[in-house]
Amino acid sequence: MLEINDLHASIQGKEILKGLSLKVGAGEVHAIMGPNGAGKSTTSYALAGRDGYDVTSGQVTFKGEDLLALKPEERAAKGIFLAFQYPLEIPGVSNLTFLKTAVNAQARLRGEPVLDAVQFLRVVRETAKMLNVSEDMLKRPLNVGFSGGEKKRNEVLQMALLKPSLAILDETDSGLDIDALKLVAEGVNKLRAPDRSFLVITHYQRLLDYIVPDYVHILADGKIVRSGDKSLALRLEEQGYDALIGKAA
Amino acid sequence: MSQEAETLQELADQKYKYGFVSDIESEFAPKGLSEDIVRFISKKKNEPAWMLELRLAAFRRWRTMTEPKWARVHYPPIDFQDAYYYAAPKVKDDAPASLDEIDPELLRTYEKLGIPLSEQKMLTGVAVDAVFDSVSVATTFKAKLEEVGVIFCPISEALAKHPELVRKYLGSVVPDTDNFYATLNAAVFSDGSFVYVPPGVRCPMELSTYFRINASNTGQFERTLIIADKGAYVSYLEGCTAPMRDENQLHAAVVELVAMEDAEIKYSTVQNWYPGDENGKGGIYNFVTKRGDCRGANSKISWTQVETGSAITWKYPSCILRGDNSVGEFYSIAIANNYQQADTGTKMMHLGRNTKSRIISKGISAGHAQNTYRGLVRVHQKAEGARNFTQCDSLLLGSKCGAHTVPYIESRNPTALLEHEATTSKISDDQLFYCISRGIATEEAVALIVNGFCREVLQQLPMEFAVEAQKLVGISLEGSVG
Repeated sequence: MLEINDLHASIQGKEILKGLSLKVGAGEVHAIMGPNGAGKSTTSYALAGRDGYDVTSGQVTFKGEDLLALKPEERAAKGIFLAFQYPLEIPGVSNLTFLKTAVNAQARLRGEPVLDAVQFLRVVRETAKMLNVSEDMLKRPLNVGFSGGEKKRNEVLQMALLKPSLAILDETDSGLDIDALKLVAEGVNKLRAPDRSFLVITHYQRLLDYIVPDYVHILADGKIVRSGDKSLALRLEEQGYDALIGKAA
Repeated sequence: MSQEAETLQELADQKYKYGFVSDIESEFAPKGLSEDIVRFISKKKNEPAWMLELRLAAFRRWRTMTEPKWARVHYPPIDFQDAYYYAAPKVKDDAPASLDEIDPELLRTYEKLGIPLSEQKMLTGVAVDAVFDSVSVATTFKAKLEEVGVIFCPISEALAKHPELVRKYLGSVVPDTDNFYATLNAAVFSDGSFVYVPPGVRCPMELSTYFRINASNTGQFERTLIIADKGAYVSYLEGCTAPMRDENQLHAAVVELVAMEDAEIKYSTVQNWYPGDENGKGGIYNFVTKRGDCRGANSKISWTQVETGSAITWKYPSCILRGDNSVGEFYSIAIANNYQQADTGTKMMHLGRNTKSRIISKGISAGHAQNTYRGLVRVHQKAEGARNFTQCDSLLLGSKCGAHTVPYIESRNPTALLEHEATTSKISDDQLFYCISRGIATEEAVALIVNGFCREVLQQLPMEFAVEAQKLVGISLEGSVG
């Protein structure tokens, strides 16, 4: 599904990713953990194609295609979804309008038929029900006044509607209490599928109790320094980053 | 931003959709402005003697006035003598009995503008008073409106058929002493809409007028007068388009609204006149005086405007809240892009008791444009219990444009409650990227975000035009994110 080869990326000339390599197969859940400043967010932004995150060398192949050659909206249409750590508010734009615009924008880029208002509403209602999202949340302006948990659940709703092949969850657990966390994890788990992969970026082991990963990687100083299965995360919790990174070096 | 560079280039090259000139022969008065020209105009229209006298009085007054210079707009001096003040398309008969008698070229003009005078248009239920340059050509739906007693016709026709009505109200809201451009208008106004809704009648459909300035250097001096008698209701939409020209064209219209006791007038404007090219050349000057008089108790006047065109926009649709419990509202979206300049806002004059006013202004600046909100809320000494809420938001797209706010609040009554909120913002990179990362390309994302910004105002527009307005907002901002 995704192959990252020796990726170097900089922000304003400062190199953050210093040779990141990673392989993610279809249907797999990979966790990326690491200390602050390691380059976790940079990785997700570089994959999504954000302006200002300059890839200086390396390759990224997504579903057999050169991902870096695509514009960010094209990457989204190809199947990349980034769940933001801090989802943005857009006043005056209802959640429903935003969702419809996104779904149809991607459909158009893929040359697929666009959904009309009635069709779309039907799809949204079904999906919202499955994820326990209220009608009210659909009508409110996008993320405006949403609690942390509601914002994250809204990200999951978007994911459910856009049906990505690779979902990057950027610190989805930040700002959530245990109940909210469980709800979000439940939603994500409902979306697991053999043709869908997840990159779960997180600081803490806690989220991984609910979204159980197939692989865990430690990102430090712009590179993946250690990989393992889910037990690696538990060891990390016990011993801390320094110990495990030190051991790898 | 590298992402937007391509889009910027593409869209700067996009031509103004309505840029074309109709071939039609026009009958011009000779260039320049003098008493003779004023007489010529009045004679051409077969106006009653008192109307000619009003025009002449205004013209003489105008000669003594100086152009105001206090607005935050800059333009080269206007040579008032270097323009035609009258242009009429040649028609075979003075009164065409049916559309068949109308110059087909003229009809093609209307079709290009999207207003086919045909059966289909009738079925949508919108009455259209089509104004071509300085003469109104056809009015549809008159019969239906006549059934309920609503008069909707060109002002020139009203002067012939209902002179006493016109005389009673014309100039009662914007007198010819009001300001330089209003006085000029009073002298040389060509035509416009006249609406009278009798007591207790709710006008059964949206009324609308389309304008078009064609002949080069012809100032458009529209004059509109709308009266809602006791308990009446009318919703009126003004939408304008104009062709691409190199010389600036002056548009100094006057709109007067009168709402009697328990009456309501809703006046909506969607304006996308030629704004000048991307270097600021050409474009319409829109210097308009619009004012509503809430003359009767419990009356209400509501102005909604979406201003996206014109090289220079200078207008303050206002309300005189004379009647007790009267309500005045002003909802505005003013978009200025490239080198456009706008100095616009409103005046709410609280005179009666327990009067309320609401001002929601959304200013969007892009390119090298300058956008100024200028508002006045004035509470008279005797105006007990006045209430005002003003919200004035500016959105800046790019780093070369300007947004300015000049609010005036004058209260001479201690029971007044006046609130003013203002914000200035830009579209954050984060917001944009959030949209792009979901597959929404930059152009569409900007339109989405800006429409969200303007939502409260867009909601005020009659349904039929809200969609057009939303598209207009998007189109006006193409290539503006920087």
